[in-house]
Amino acid sequence: MEFQSLYTVWLRDLVRFRRDRTQILGGFSRPMLWLLFLGVGMGPVFHSGAGVPYMHFIFPGVIAMNLIFASFLSAISIIWDREFGFLKEILVAPISRSAIAFGKAASGSTIAVLQGLVVVAFAPLVHVPLTFEKILLLIPSMFLIAFTCTSMGIVLASRMTSFEGFGTIANFVIMPMFFLSGGLFPLDGIPIWLKVLTHLNPLTYGVDQLRWILSGAHRFPIAFDLLFNLLFSALMLSLAVALFKRSPA
Amino acid sequence: MIQVENLVKHFGVLHAVRDISFQVGEGELFGFLGPNGAGKTTTINMLCTLLTPTSGRALVAGHDVVQHPTEVRRSIGIIFQDPSLDERLTALENLKFHAMLYHLPKKKTEERREMLLEMVGLSDRRGDLVKTFSGGMKRRLEIVRGLLHSPKVLFLDEPTLGLDPQTRNHIWSYVKELRSKEGLTLFLTTHYMEEAEQCDRIAIIDEGKIVALDTPTALKQRLGSDTLDDVFVKLIGREIREENASQKDQLRDLHKKWIGRMR
Ligand SMILES: Nc1ncnc2c1ncn2[C@@H]1O[C@H](COP(=O)(O)OP(=O)(O)O)[C@@H](O)[C@H]1O
Ligand SMILES: [Mg+2]
Repeated sequence: MEFQSLYTVWLRDLVRFRRDRTQILGGFSRPMLWLLFLGVGMGPVFHSGAGVPYMHFIFPGVIAMNLIFASFLSAISIIWDREFGFLKEILVAPISRSAIAFGKAASGSTIAVLQGLVVVAFAPLVHVPLTFEKILLLIPSMFLIAFTCTSMGIVLASRMTSFEGFGTIANFVIMPMFFLSGGLFPLDGIPIWLKVLTHLNPLTYGVDQLRWILSGAHRFPIAFDLLFNLLFSALMLSLAVALFKRSPA
Repeated sequence: MIQVENLVKHFGVLHAVRDISFQVGEGELFGFLGPNGAGKTTTINMLCTLLTPTSGRALVAGHDVVQHPTEVRRSIGIIFQDPSLDERLTALENLKFHAMLYHLPKKKTEERREMLLEMVGLSDRRGDLVKTFSGGMKRRLEIVRGLLHSPKVLFLDEPTLGLDPQTRNHIWSYVKELRSKEGLTLFLTTHYMEEAEQCDRIAIIDEGKIVALDTPTALKQRLGSDTLDDVFVKLIGREIREENASQKDQLRDLHKKWIGRMR
């Protein structure tokens, strides 16, 4: 019973995504810009120490960026649903609040994984070596990262009214999380206060996993990366369910 | 079918609903009338489990709205005051998702869906995106959706507001047809006197309090009025008209339009 409710919430978001050309377009153009301009432009001046080309260094970061953008964008659709009244249709339906929160988290993550795969498809173009096994590992890892970001986005969205919306979240949450994830530059020489922030950032552990899968390099034990993301999303989702129960209509 | 005892809702310092009690019998057409901001929508939101009452108790179809919200949700259908369709989906998709949310059996639901679409005259538009629909068509689709899962109680929050008289008449004829066919209990809020006139009983609510509750005939008799309009003026001291929309309501509408355009 509850699975069907979750599936319904998930399916609706996917049907809407399929029709949303701007979001699909964004999923292609965003990584292209970063890989092309940053990857190519920064390449000559970048020395990571380990001798990896910059393109290889930022590739997992660009995947993470597409994941985080898509995740938050999906989560934010809750604000639209409230604004346009459809949230009420879901809230008066005889389904549990956790099915709603999980369904949203699942649809956001699915869409984000699709957008992450777009970046993965660029790999041959920028000479990042890929194997079939790597892709198989990337998918669950991307899902976990996206799930973390989406559940965080749901919590934010359930506390936000109308649309200071996505712009605010992009500036104050997505960009800081992305810059402090180790996806764009190594986090070795940074001051201690920044280091603290990066260690609290779930995306740091996401990028770490992706980098490990793609190139074998990593900063933290992989088990720790996974655990951090799992615990973080569990915490956020329970918070989201609690907030849904306090009637956000 | 509906039992309300000492229901209260505060929004901070604002007392939207102040200690109301009433009952609605099975199969009754019950009208809830009052000026804008009287607390009609707030009451409906509590009855359909979207808002938690500050105090008091309400049973819908025998279930407590706070203790057993899921059972209540299963027994009710609702046409909200504001639009609540997914405009980026087609009419059919909206109905299919509704059926899935209510775990309805496929085959039987399809029959009912076709019957209802036929009734409101939307059969040939079922494949179109809702955003291409007129206000009246959206309302009719919402009625189909609200009835799809065969609820015992149907809430209609100003279902005909802003619609042309012809569409209004149509909507009333569907509602009456279903009532006689399925023994549906109807809880309706409205601004329109001619709609109130058709209710079995009406409650007049002002500033969160019920100031009168009886059959339209009895109310007119009691106050020595010929029309319900006159009953209102005598009870509340002013006429109930759409133009009375509170500033807040107007602002909200404006805000909605804005957002609609930005999208
Ligand atoms: N979520 C809310 N927060 C604060 N005030 C509210 C909220 N919902 C309604 N109100 C206020 O409660 C009062 C009753 O509103 P409502 O029930 O919508 O009236 P009606 O439906 O009779 O026009 C109004 O003054 C309205 O501004
Ligand atoms: Mg209202």
